[in-house]
Amino acid sequence: MAGKTLYDKLWNDHLVKQRDDGSALIYIDRQLLHEVTSPQAFEGLRIAGRKPWRLDANLATPDHNVPTTDRARGIDGIVDPVSRIQVETLDRNCDEFGILEFKILDQRQGIVHVIGPEQGATLPGMSIVCGDSHTSTHGAFGCLAHGIGTSEVEHVLATQCLVQQKMKNMLVKVSGKLGAGVTGKDVVLAIIGKIGTAGGTGYAIEFGGEAIQGLSMEGRMTICNMSIEAGARVGMVAVDDTTIAYVRDRPFSPTGEAWDAAVDYWRTLHSDDDAAFDKVVELNGADIQPQVSWGTSPEMVAGIDGHVPDPAKETDPIKREGIVRALKYMGLAPNQAITDIKLDRVFIGSCTNSRIEDLREAAAVVKGRKVSPSLKQAMVVPGSGLVKAQAEQEGLDRIFIEAGLEWRDPGCSMCLAMNADKLGQGEHCASTSNRNFEGRQGFGGRTHLVSPAMAAAAAVSGHFVDVRELTH
Amino acid sequence: MRAFTQHRGLVAPMDRSNVDTDMIIPKQFLKSIKRTGFGPNLFDELRYLDEGKPDQDCSQRPVNPDFVLNQDRYKNASVLLARSNFGCGSSREHAPWALDDYGFRVIIAPSFADIFYNNCFKNGLLPIVLDVKVVDQLFREAEVEEGYQLAVDLEAKTVTTPSGESFGFDVDDFRRHCLLNGLDDIGVTLEDADLIKSYEDSRRKTAPWLFGAGH
Repeated sequence: MAGKTLYDKLWNDHLVKQRDDGSALIYIDRQLLHEVTSPQAFEGLRIAGRKPWRLDANLATPDHNVPTTDRARGIDGIVDPVSRIQVETLDRNCDEFGILEFKILDQRQGIVHVIGPEQGATLPGMSIVCGDSHTSTHGAFGCLAHGIGTSEVEHVLATQCLVQQKMKNMLVKVSGKLGAGVTGKDVVLAIIGKIGTAGGTGYAIEFGGEAIQGLSMEGRMTICNMSIEAGARVGMVAVDDTTIAYVRDRPFSPTGEAWDAAVDYWRTLHSDDDAAFDKVVELNGADIQPQVSWGTSPEMVAGIDGHVPDPAKETDPIKREGIVRALKYMGLAPNQAITDIKLDRVFIGSCTNSRIEDLREAAAVVKGRKVSPSLKQAMVVPGSGLVKAQAEQEGLDRIFIEAGLEWRDPGCSMCLAMNADKLGQGEHCASTSNRNFEGRQGFGGRTHLVSPAMAAAAAVSGHFVDVRELTH
Repeated sequence: MRAFTQHRGLVAPMDRSNVDTDMIIPKQFLKSIKRTGFGPNLFDELRYLDEGKPDQDCSQRPVNPDFVLNQDRYKNASVLLARSNFGCGSSREHAPWALDDYGFRVIIAPSFADIFYNNCFKNGLLPIVLDVKVVDQLFREAEVEEGYQLAVDLEAKTVTTPSGESFGFDVDDFRRHCLLNGLDDIGVTLEDADLIKSYEDSRRKTAPWLFGAGH
């Protein structure tokens, strides 16, 4: 009999009941909550007269609607009254039901997918859900983690379980070593470019191979974060020394004997050598160039030395129509060099790339340089209050400010522009976020997805450049 | 939840692949703390020529005449015919809420994104996967024939065209059962409360670090 994949092991460990009809009840160890997808779930509980099944499994924070300036003003700083009501509603629901929340003025507040790992509220082997598709981030710790809808948020609050069908297993193996200046973001964009935005639909993806094993936890989180942009709800990396070193001494992490027992278990969280995958995709890490998205879907990417595609050369009519539509929306010409794309704004932040390592990489590029005068704005939005404090302790804030970038307060910010940070119509933005959909960063805005280092290089150049030309 | 057994309705063909949930309902409308009222802003950026704002009177806004739902022949459509990977991107359940609030009961596509597909079933909305060749045929027929309707039978798992041609579709038994009977699946899960408790007790022994202080 073939061995088990990491996903098989996590599934088996959380299986409460396998039903005859193929569905299963899966136990949820951790639910993260934020203000956008939880109010209707709490209201549902209230209407049905139900209580949360297990309070200590939940952790909440406001992130999508929070302003990234003037944080000291707290909720009063939220100008849009509709946004303010949503944040106030989260506070009220957490207070009423007794759920731990890092409120807007708490230094531990931040983007849910940053604060979970930062607090040790994300631990290897957990099943983790959140009403947010980027919950796949936590799979970097060998967790079974995925996004859910609001009805399921309510279901998990009420029962601590989810009804699931088991997914298929996919291995994405990135062999070899990554070149200098090539990051987790470039790896995941290259993967999505290869398998497509629906390539992972129905699968749980495990990322493996030498290039993945060589990444820090931040790099692994970036890759797992964007699994959903390849269609896969779940992305995972096996537990190793890097994982365990990251988790040690976090506020929620176990200590003493419990730590030792936990580590013994965590060491089993990898696919067996003889595990069978339904699909295997292989890439050579050494071939991956810094990536830039040119279109309106994360699969529309090219290397920095590449060009915008020519729809005339596409034989599939639906794909050709998609390219034509994307080029029109993006205001780009066929065959245009990626380095000829001029930018209006630069955004460094989001649950994909707002951790301390991301900020260090960006700061290393802009240090001693100035933001191009052709730009309207370049901003850095740390992923949490603690990331912000750490960055300031390291002096990164001064490097950014001296270079002419804005140093903001933590939140989701311009990744989806639910707060005041957004693109104007027709503006091009080099963004370290995860989605380049039409209108995502603002009505008529044009998003180009890149790594923090590439965003920083674009900020000081006014257009895309190969970051390796600036740093090596 | 509202039950779904059978439905016959006018078909609106939306000829575009990879329709994401940001497109179905843009972020500014996610600030609502209600489940209803999203219909006027369904496909907001495709449907209107200006930038939409929450709580605005949409009847006064300039509409995009080229968008399928703005054409008179597709007024009151309740079956959305779509292309592959419909509903990709964000997990926002506001997407099925908006489709439902607009009046759609069925969405037919060659493939759906996983989270969106699942969210539909929680809201009495039926997503149906048909072979890409069948979807191509339905697109051709819906565009040629004004007033083109499809009949959907969840019990029999069939989609039937006006000419009587019938196509079978797959849907897993649990979701079908809940939808046919309009079941509250939290209630169904809580029938297994003892099983959940005993799982939890054993997990508390094998993985005590997941419980208690600090959590």
